[in-house]
Amino acid sequence: MMKVYLDNNATTMVDPEVKAAMDPYFTEIYGNPNSLHDFGTSCHPALRKAMDQMYEAIGARDEDDIVVTSCATESNNWILKGIYFDLIKNGDKDHIITTEVEHPSITAVCRWLEEQGVRVTYLPVNQEGIVEAHTVRDFITDKTALVSIMWANNETGAIFPVEQIAEICKEKGVLLHTDGVQAVGKIPVDVIQAGVDFMSFSAHKFHGPKGVGALYIRNGHPLTSLLHGGEHMGGRRSGTLNVPGIVGMGKAIELANYYLKFEEEHVRRLRDKLEDAILELPDIYSVGPRANRTPNTVLVSVRGVEGEAMLWDLNRAGIAASTGSACASEDLEANPIMTAVGADSELAHTAVRLSLSRFTTEEEIDYTIEQFKKAVERLRAISSTYAYMPENMKA
Amino acid sequence: MAKTDLIGGSIWEEYSQKVQELMNNPKNQGELTEDDAKRLGGELIVADFGAESCGDAVRLYWIVDPKTDKILDAKFKSFGCGTAIASSDTMVELCKGKTVDEAVKITNIDVEKAMRDEPNTPAVPPQKMHCSVMAYDVIKKAASLYKGVDMESFEDEIIVCECARVSLNTIKEVIKLNDLKTVEEITDYTKAGAFCKSCIKPGGHEEREWYLVDILADTRREMEEEKLKEAAEKQASGEEISFNDMTLVQKIKAIDSVIDESVRQYLIMDGGNMEVLDVKQNGQYTDVYIRYLGACSGCASSTTGTLYAIESTLKEKLDPNIRVLPI
Ligand SMILES: Cc1ncc(COP(=O)(O)O)c(C=O)c1O
Ligand code: FES
Repeated sequence: MMKVYLDNNATTMVDPEVKAAMDPYFTEIYGNPNSLHDFGTSCHPALRKAMDQMYEAIGARDEDDIVVTSCATESNNWILKGIYFDLIKNGDKDHIITTEVEHPSITAVCRWLEEQGVRVTYLPVNQEGIVEAHTVRDFITDKTALVSIMWANNETGAIFPVEQIAEICKEKGVLLHTDGVQAVGKIPVDVIQAGVDFMSFSAHKFHGPKGVGALYIRNGHPLTSLLHGGEHMGGRRSGTLNVPGIVGMGKAIELANYYLKFEEEHVRRLRDKLEDAILELPDIYSVGPRANRTPNTVLVSVRGVEGEAMLWDLNRAGIAASTGSACASEDLEANPIMTAVGADSELAHTAVRLSLSRFTTEEEIDYTIEQFKKAVERLRAISSTYAYMPENMKA
Repeated sequence: MAKTDLIGGSIWEEYSQKVQELMNNPKNQGELTEDDAKRLGGELIVADFGAESCGDAVRLYWIVDPKTDKILDAKFKSFGCGTAIASSDTMVELCKGKTVDEAVKITNIDVEKAMRDEPNTPAVPPQKMHCSVMAYDVIKKAASLYKGVDMESFEDEIIVCECARVSLNTIKEVIKLNDLKTVEEITDYTKAGAFCKSCIKPGGHEEREWYLVDILADTRREMEEEKLKEAAEKQASGEEISFNDMTLVQKIKAIDSVIDESVRQYLIMDGGNMEVLDVKQNGQYTDVYIRYLGACSGCASSTTGTLYAIESTLKEKLDPNIRVLPI
């Protein structure tokens, strides 16, 4: 049976080139970069190179900081909690603006901040799954400490108007953070051109290793540390440097940028082919216009078929997909995205996300199309949505 | 939290083989029509339960013989995850050949148990239990249609959780049937409280008349009272209840009476006495905390000899898992 991995927004395969770049830093060059001896200093060139690769890839300037963290969840926690300490608890601000569709590593922190007395505004998205820039303006007050808005959404791939939002924030004098996890490596990301103050990103979403992320900090803006300890990362984040991880992240982001054109052309073509074929089936729709989505993502809603049932059938056919809806996750909530974009409530539990990568092949897409259709057929045959109900028994 | 919880497992790994097979090949999936009813000489009943917006909906078809009330044939259709499909399939299997009155007695527990591979291993993880509750509810719905019970009166229940539309009766029943002890369990079984969470306790998103925490406390109290009453009835009818089946209050009474009958007199003979301070259930053990009074209290042998005597008397007369602890 063919095995097809279409869950690249959850995590990606480490590119063999990335693995090769990391390899020497496990058993050969394993010193602590903070040590004075040769074992320690011998990893410095690779670390410097990796930092160069990261700065180059996102367009950061030398006066900016890119602090490597353990994951984007840490970066997101750091920016929100740091701003809370600096500008709210020990300052005169009391308000944060974010959106209804952020990753839990933003929303859960915001909920916690609310418990600490912070006011949080969760901006709704429109039918296309994005926040319109002007709504940000409507909610900024002189008490607003931070605006945190994702660059691209993990479920739908919808790309947010970060540049326009940055202009509004700049005009109002409010700091802007963006969760760039789903944007970096999929679309061009230039922090200076976009005008953001902070950006989180994560290596395992662009064929780098898991457990390495980063927070971009414009102009080395002060931010209370989350991890106190030794003077690592210029004193901004303590913890012995994850040397192989950083080397891998550097290589991965360089490669991702190199393949951006390929992503834009080849991956997009495969995604569109898959989406077109799925949309040929009746009563299926995809969320958000293609032109404004990351090229690798499609979220489809299959009327009458519960998302987890769909995943089950796909998995039996060797295909990995995902759903944020009901049964698949630990809790029983509907997929918040479906509610957020204002889909029919009957569709709240029908979403299936397919996310490709530059390693996805045409053959895999053809196979997926075939299997997807089979699954829809089988499950719709079982579904009560399409089943017979005598007139006199209708509720 | 413990070792096993730290790396989250896939809920799919917790499905029994039976559940997995039924998800792949449900046997009773399909529709029944008026034609089928005519052919079999019965009445067609079609009942819906749940809603797609909640993530689970099931439609149950019955053909019932109006003379005998027997379910001649049954089928289902389901919008739901695999476990909903498997539970519905099992539920239909259990309905077939039963009378409507018998079918109504099928509970979600019966459905879940029927899907187990091993008698003591649940067929689905707890957060999937609501799928079998749904299967149970739809039978009641079908029966109410067949019996001509007014649909309005069916809807007239007190709805505790609006998001999941779960009634007070369902919640109480589920607590009693499954011996639920926490609000989280209620949520796993019924979905009540899984959404906006307003119905869990006061102070949520929205003010409500009923809260799961209160219902749980009240129902547990009712259960305790029922148990007491049952025991009293049993006693009245001369039936012995085992120490294990007693409530804590009954256990304390039983311990007191054994001490009064068989222990205290010997202590008094020696110029001492004792009192029971507390009785606690500690896993399988019943711990009896006592204090010596009078002559016993300073006597060195009290902690060994007397203690041994008291403990073995209680063990012999009541239960081998009693431990006596002097304070
Ligand atoms: C938008 C978004 N933000 C943050 C994260 C968290 O990233 P990490 O796994 O590095 O903590 C993810 C990953 O699922 C994501 O999709
Ligand atoms: S009322 Fe129960 S979860 Fe909303």
